[in-house]
Amino acid sequence: MIQVLAFYLFAFLVTLSGVFTIASRNPVHSVLWLILAFFNGAGLMVLLGAEFIAMLLVIVYVGAVAVLFLFVVMMLDIDFAELRAGFMKNFPLGIAIALVLLCELVLGVGAYQAGGLQLGVPNGSAATPAGVSNIAAIGALMYGRYLFLFETAGIILLVAMIGAIVLTHRERKDTRPQNVSKQNARRPWEATVNTRPEVGKGVEL
Amino acid sequence: MIGIEHYVVVSSILFVLGVLGIFLNRKNIIVILMAIELILLAVNINLVAFSAFLHDLTGQIFAMFVLTVAAGEAAIGLAILVIYFRGRGTIAVDDVNRMKG
Repeated sequence: MIQVLAFYLFAFLVTLSGVFTIASRNPVHSVLWLILAFFNGAGLMVLLGAEFIAMLLVIVYVGAVAVLFLFVVMMLDIDFAELRAGFMKNFPLGIAIALVLLCELVLGVGAYQAGGLQLGVPNGSAATPAGVSNIAAIGALMYGRYLFLFETAGIILLVAMIGAIVLTHRERKDTRPQNVSKQNARRPWEATVNTRPEVGKGVEL
Repeated sequence: MIGIEHYVVVSSILFVLGVLGIFLNRKNIIVILMAIELILLAVNINLVAFSAFLHDLTGQIFAMFVLTVAAGEAAIGLAILVIYFRGRGTIAVDDVNRMKG
């Protein structure tokens, strides 16, 4: 019973926060509604027994992606009222397409529920063994059968990180940044000079 | 009892909301990126639901890869957005023609 209640609570909240994410006037509010949507999505996944993905969703999405959005929204000085100009004009067409799409998707679910359709049956090689927690089973799969895909995911993240840095990095002319290689190449005998000038002659540097 | 249909319907609604968000905020690329994140969340819920109901962990592993790609996409997209704003002073995307496409 409590599971059913929790499901309807999470489902209602995830839908509501999705609506407000796309309909908010202020993009900062959109980001905050998006965070609420991610939390409720994580709740749904916990109900399904997928704790690892749920916690990953909270950490990666809420902790990194949503905060990245928040930083960008707050950093850029944008007139958001101007960007909302086409909102009402696009509304009828958008809602029509969305309703058609939703009807098609729900029709598929209804067709499944009416019977006669069979979901594919897994061969059991990726099933959770008895007495093993979700995260241990995922770890065994990820570092076993899916090791190369896992490392590919790491390479994708590396490329994304380097790409983001390369895209946003700029050489600024009005600052004098530290030149690390020049500093490291400097030796003591280049930096200091010992001289013994005669009295009254002075030194030439 | 909650069956798989309930989860699929919730993720369908979320997916359609994401598509609707792209249509409604056609000028504001930040909200478009957020709508794409909503779509990917819907996909993840779907993958995890099928994974749980079919007792097969492959769906959850795949959801993790979707998460990876989503994180990379958000980072690159926002980086492009920042350099575009630096050059133009606006992020209205309906008149983006720098690449003469």
